[in-house]
Amino acid sequence: MSPARFCKGQGRMLRLILSKLLYLVPTFLGITIIAFSFVRILPGDPVLLMAGERGVTPERHAELSAQLGYDKSVVLQYFDFLWRLLQGDLGHSLVTKKPVMDEFLALFPATVELGLCAILLATLIGVPVGVLAAIKRGSWFDQVSMTTALVGFSMPIFWWGLLLIIFFSGILGWTPVSGRISLMYYFPDVTGFMLIDSLLSGQSGAFTSAVRHLILPSVVLATIPLAVIARQTRSAMLEVMGEDYVRTARAKGMPTRRVIGVHALRNAMIPVITTIGLQIGVLMAGAILTETIFSWPGIGKWMIDSIARRDYPVVQSGLLLIAALVMIVNLLVDLTYGLINPRIRNK
Amino acid sequence: MTDTPLSPAPVRLSDAAIRRRMLSEFWFYFRQNRGAVIGLVVFVLLVLTAIFAPVLAPYDPTSQNRGALLVPPFWQEGGSTAYLLGTDAVGRDMLSRLIFGAQYSLFIGIVVVSIALVGGIAIGLVAGFFGGWVDSVIMRVMDVILAFPSLLLALVLVAVLGPGLTNAMIAIAIVYQPHFARLTRAAVMSELKREYVTAARVAGAGNFRLMFKTILPNCLAPLIVQATLSFSSAVLDSAALGFLGMGAQPPAPEWGTMLAEAREFILRAWWVVTFPGLAILMSVLAINMMGDGLRDALDPKLKRS
Amino acid sequence: MKTLFVLASAALAMTAVTAQAKTFVYCSEASPEGFDPAPYTAGGTFDASAHPIFNRLTEFKKGTTEVEPGLAESWEVSEDGTEYTFKLRQGVKWHSNESFTPTRDFNADDVIFSYDRQGNAENPWHQYIPGITYEYYTSMAMPDLIKSVEKIDDYTVKFTLNQPEAPFLANIAMPFASIVSKEYADALDAAGTREDLNNLPIGTGPFKFVAYQKDAVIRYTKNTEYWGTPAIIDDLIFAITPDAAVRLQKLKAGECHLMPYPAPADIEAIRTDPNLKLDEQAGLNVGYLAYNTTQAPFDNPVVRKALNMAIDKNAIVEAVFQGAALPAKNPIPPTMWSYNEAIEDDAYDPEAAKAMLEEAGVTDLSMKIWAMPVQRPYMPNARRTAELMQEDLAQVGVDVEIVSYEWGEYLAKSMEAGRDGAVMLGWTGDNGDPDNFLSVLLSCDSAGEGGANRAFWCNEEFSALLKDAKVTADPAERTALYEQAQVIFKEQAPWFTIAHSTQYVPMSNKVSGFKMSPLGDFTFETVDIAE
Repeated sequence: MSPARFCKGQGRMLRLILSKLLYLVPTFLGITIIAFSFVRILPGDPVLLMAGERGVTPERHAELSAQLGYDKSVVLQYFDFLWRLLQGDLGHSLVTKKPVMDEFLALFPATVELGLCAILLATLIGVPVGVLAAIKRGSWFDQVSMTTALVGFSMPIFWWGLLLIIFFSGILGWTPVSGRISLMYYFPDVTGFMLIDSLLSGQSGAFTSAVRHLILPSVVLATIPLAVIARQTRSAMLEVMGEDYVRTARAKGMPTRRVIGVHALRNAMIPVITTIGLQIGVLMAGAILTETIFSWPGIGKWMIDSIARRDYPVVQSGLLLIAALVMIVNLLVDLTYGLINPRIRNK
Repeated sequence: MTDTPLSPAPVRLSDAAIRRRMLSEFWFYFRQNRGAVIGLVVFVLLVLTAIFAPVLAPYDPTSQNRGALLVPPFWQEGGSTAYLLGTDAVGRDMLSRLIFGAQYSLFIGIVVVSIALVGGIAIGLVAGFFGGWVDSVIMRVMDVILAFPSLLLALVLVAVLGPGLTNAMIAIAIVYQPHFARLTRAAVMSELKREYVTAARVAGAGNFRLMFKTILPNCLAPLIVQATLSFSSAVLDSAALGFLGMGAQPPAPEWGTMLAEAREFILRAWWVVTFPGLAILMSVLAINMMGDGLRDALDPKLKRS
Repeated sequence: MKTLFVLASAALAMTAVTAQAKTFVYCSEASPEGFDPAPYTAGGTFDASAHPIFNRLTEFKKGTTEVEPGLAESWEVSEDGTEYTFKLRQGVKWHSNESFTPTRDFNADDVIFSYDRQGNAENPWHQYIPGITYEYYTSMAMPDLIKSVEKIDDYTVKFTLNQPEAPFLANIAMPFASIVSKEYADALDAAGTREDLNNLPIGTGPFKFVAYQKDAVIRYTKNTEYWGTPAIIDDLIFAITPDAAVRLQKLKAGECHLMPYPAPADIEAIRTDPNLKLDEQAGLNVGYLAYNTTQAPFDNPVVRKALNMAIDKNAIVEAVFQGAALPAKNPIPPTMWSYNEAIEDDAYDPEAAKAMLEEAGVTDLSMKIWAMPVQRPYMPNARRTAELMQEDLAQVGVDVEIVSYEWGEYLAKSMEAGRDGAVMLGWTGDNGDPDNFLSVLLSCDSAGEGGANRAFWCNEEFSALLKDAKVTADPAERTALYEQAQVIFKEQAPWFTIAHSTQYVPMSNKVSGFKMSPLGDFTFETVDIAE
């Protein structure tokens, strides 16, 4: 490739990235408005909730509301919120009085670890199964795997998790009941990822314990993405395999494996990678249910508890952070798609 | 046979005849997918169960028999044939509750899909048709909604509106709308370029007529497929909300709500936990299988199996 | 790399030590909101902060609601009951941690600081966390009550009250009144890390705080320099497990030694499990249905009595509490002193109830019953209870509509004047004093906005008795007054008293020495684990 063409290519890439980022700004603002307004219209006065059965006098109520800034006009409160947000201040939890950002950062690694393991599981199993099912189209493997995938896709994961707990933890006793690692192990939090920290600590058995604790929650969380990835991979493969250039390669006498490996798979991967990326949103939703069932100390459970307690600042900031996360991942997927899809790359 | 000369003009089929032919073609392809047929059969059974619930169920789903708390299913020791699938913690018959739960699930699916469909189509039509800044604004709003994980958004919405079945349905419908809006808009935009639209415009058709009578019927296929998908997702999501305590409230025999109530009995009474979940799984599976078949049948070019 | 190595070997060393040490694992039901007891009100938070790490001037004798000396060795009360002079214990050592080593023992400065920061808005620590409030301090009416807290000398403190208050000694034994270290506060001020008062607590209690993994684990270690009897166990771990079924599974699997709040459905299984044992005690709580005594026909005590007689209390205890409760006849629980045992409960007699309603001229009555949307310690399932009541009342010709609101709204709306219907609610005692139940829930003062008298019941005689009992310090006199108050309560029937839920604490057979607290506190300095 000539230097000029290379530079032009880079420039195009840059413009693509910039345009996508710019597109995000109004969306981001929209997200902040929604996060803010939802929380403001949540019924349930946090002051009253904190007082409980005891009750609170009107004066005290006014005092507390003023302290929390709820007496100013809603519009003012929004701009207050936005301004502080841009400075990185997400407010303080009404329940623990601690900065929301600190709480989020303390809990986030647990959810990320779970999510990563789940998506890894889903991809490592889903993609090969999908490819194989496409190659052996119509065989019993294809039928069985696709039916299983459909079942997985239709599964209420909160029930699925409960069943797995009853069976593997209750009856068989193979997996622990809850938590991220056995209480026996105590080591400092270096990265927040139990798998990494347990290895770093050097304590024998710590890593195994961390893995054992991760298995069931990952399996449950991975169920739906696995099903989707398997199905999508199969569809993508079938579509590609039906394309003219593949048939041409076959007709030319190229060995099947080479055809699949070199041509079909690479091109099928494009929509598959998009699918994997889009599962992030599904993972977040699934994390809420999975963390609730397994008492996994992550942000999914934190959000549910905060909604129930009307912890406004947490719900607001949590919604925002999660949506922002999904947006960023989608952007990355978009960019990756643009990068690897030759049709877009060379436009 | 009368000796008729070959008719020079091609035979014009009536509209009804065209439709009949399309239907039989559709049915031909649908039938080929065994899974889809099974799904359809189960779905029809579900609908019948829901309609005839008062006749089928042995007991009233909310009546409590205080003398029969947590009775196991009839094949286990301690069970009785009076309560085929056992009873729950307040003495209500599981089988009856499951049967009536079908009503809830179908009702939820229909309502959610209707609201999302109507709303999404309206928004998508407007966006696709008018284009320009109207389209931009609308699509941004849809993007914003799509940025939030669906369950989380629905959860917050329900918390705002108050826990309850109606609010759960509204929340889920709002969350699903962008999918329909996007589909409609994409279809509208591609149809707008077609010749028949230009022809209709030249003939003097007004905007509304164009939108509803001309364009929309041609966008139906993907919408129907999405509707089926949303139906099953609605059942799942409303069960999830019920499980989290934000959906149908007890004593409603909604399957998700039943699971929430059953959680504390996970070790003691497995039947209170297993059956509602199984019901959800079977219903959602049936609808998804049907959806797969629908998708393959409606657009044979995309046929997968 | 070197730091990693140091950390790793330190961790290894720690495990080597703990291998021989006694580690007690408690499966707690909630994450602590923070480790400074003053700003919070949740019992779970106090179990994690006030009870292991801190002490108070007076303490509740373990397993009772009797007050005994804590950080205050002795005290004198003035004639008029408004001056309390406390002689503080000497030689009490503060904890130390990585960043703080105390240079002096506990003294009067710490006491003054602990109270002043809560009551005095001018105190620089009053708002050390933005938006912080001292809920318990305010709701126990401390700002109105305490006129001044003075240091007489290093080991003597004098509290001057605005009026005599018999429950005062019990109030200062409550978790919010925990004594924190002024020296530590000053050190944090200098270092610019004030929030560590809430994150890295320093106290005088039987356990020292080690580490907290949010929503997962809290670790403590024995305070070997404790002024009282030191703990038997060496390390204490809280494994935070919000789900009751999961807690039980962990207990059964041996992952924890003791757990709170089992699900009522599991009680039988725990009883029959050979590896577990169950401690039980009537809780210091009450669940009730409060009629709106200002709304006709509920303003007629005969009507209220009749409705009470129409509801099958035992059925509710069976179905909703699964037998894990005592049917209630008085507004205070039997574990509270001055409980009037002699009072007879309204019998369950639907026929008589129907007759009484007719006599009172009430026909075709329809009413609302409010049911809470959340689970509370005194009521595991308000919805189910309401349904049972609905069926019972239908038998005597009363049509009931069950209503519910979101919890915060429920609390607010139920106190709105002119509220339509009877409200289900309850109360858990704070300090073991009958005044804490009766005044807060049933006095005339509490029957308006900001109060908690959901029956809006104002009976002059009743309220007068409560006022008298509050000012005299003589227990015998107070007992007689409260007993009389309960008689009036029974006659007038502003509530249908439902039940006092039983507290159950399942634990492993290996555990000994655990003392159940009537206040629902979980303390571990007396427990031991057999090998």
